[in-house]
Amino acid sequence: MQHQPFTTHTKMADIVTANHSLLLVMPRLGIRLGFGEQSVKEVCDRYNLDVDFVLLIFNVYSFEGYLPAPDTLASTNLKPLVPYLQSSHHYYLSERLPHIKRHLLNVAARAGDRYGAILRQFFADYEHEVRDHFTFEEQHIFPLLNNTSANQPISQSSSRVIKKSSHLSHNHSDLVDRLSDLTSIVLKYIPADSLTEELNELVFGIMQLSSDLEKHALLEEKILIPYIGQILNQPLP
Amino acid sequence: MKPKTNLLIIEPSDIIRAGIEALLRDDQFALLAPLRDYPSDLPQRLARLQPDIILLNPTLIPSPARMQLAALTQARPSMAVVALVYQYIEPQLLEAFRTVLDIREQGSHVPQRLRECCQSHNETADENYELSDRETEVLLLVAQGCSSKEIADRLHISIHTVNTHRKNITHKTGIKSVAGLAVYAMLHNLIN
Repeated sequence: MQHQPFTTHTKMADIVTANHSLLLVMPRLGIRLGFGEQSVKEVCDRYNLDVDFVLLIFNVYSFEGYLPAPDTLASTNLKPLVPYLQSSHHYYLSERLPHIKRHLLNVAARAGDRYGAILRQFFADYEHEVRDHFTFEEQHIFPLLNNTSANQPISQSSSRVIKKSSHLSHNHSDLVDRLSDLTSIVLKYIPADSLTEELNELVFGIMQLSSDLEKHALLEEKILIPYIGQILNQPLP
Repeated sequence: MKPKTNLLIIEPSDIIRAGIEALLRDDQFALLAPLRDYPSDLPQRLARLQPDIILLNPTLIPSPARMQLAALTQARPSMAVVALVYQYIEPQLLEAFRTVLDIREQGSHVPQRLRECCQSHNETADENYELSDRETEVLLLVAQGCSSKEIADRLHISIHTVNTHRKNITHKTGIKSVAGLAVYAMLHNLIN
């Protein structure tokens, strides 16, 4: 992969070649394949998307530790961030988790009663935890941005939620840790006579979700929350 | 006879230094001439001093502390750097140490704690991934949902010791979350 962040002139096809996991990100932005030789800017214009915002997402997903410089961030329109995060939640719940679950249930069915029951329970708990976490964010964190952008008075509860959001980071790392634990458990402790293909699908599925969630958490912790904080600190008219 | 463990103490307080030296005197430790401050050329000095353990007050480390610690470990990978604490130190910094020795630790436990940190260090080097009895005990309590504080109270050890055990458990099993450790314990028939 190249080492310089993508720019408005980078060709869309080159971006996907550099980081193919963006293929899973593009539908959440409404972008479909078939870019020809078009640059990111041209593709974004076609879809009526803010190119700086789209580049922010692509770069965060593609470069380890990438965060935009403060002035770049200040000049980026972050309004599409919440819709993007929401559509990611939807994607995890309606596509990624069911995909993992399908393979996990197949593996569990072959792993014997005891191992099977343990795997199913672990995953059911995990799914529950993810849903709770997303619901919390959608009910208590995301609406803050809509309220504050409309210059509505900030309620007491909103500032409490900002404080609460510092716990988000802890929850995020637990959600990511649990996935990596599931990988360790499957790789090390599940009897090897389970279906190899199913096991591979399961492990790849978990790893893919795990790296996606890490970037998702980064967007929330390092961009969304500071952005909300910044708006809340501004004097209200 | 087992070779003695070379211990270098870096601590400004005469009282605390003397206290630790007194607790370790009759044990298997060879105490190197202690330092009151953190010398800027410490990584270079290690080749001559050959410490097995550095017992270091984290407040003495010049900034950026984590990079200084990384330089020490790089200069002498076999050595364990132990934080000697008696005040609040940022948890992120403490994580960079091999383990933490709180001065409120019971005096009689101190030699054992330092021996353990050497042992677990060597075990890691030998890629021994079996949990020790104490680690298994801690794992069971973690899997049952106990906090580090509760575990410390139950086992009569300091919270830092519990955290060191937890770190070793994660290193050996590759499992970080409480839910994952519970599954590990079930799969190994440690709990139902």
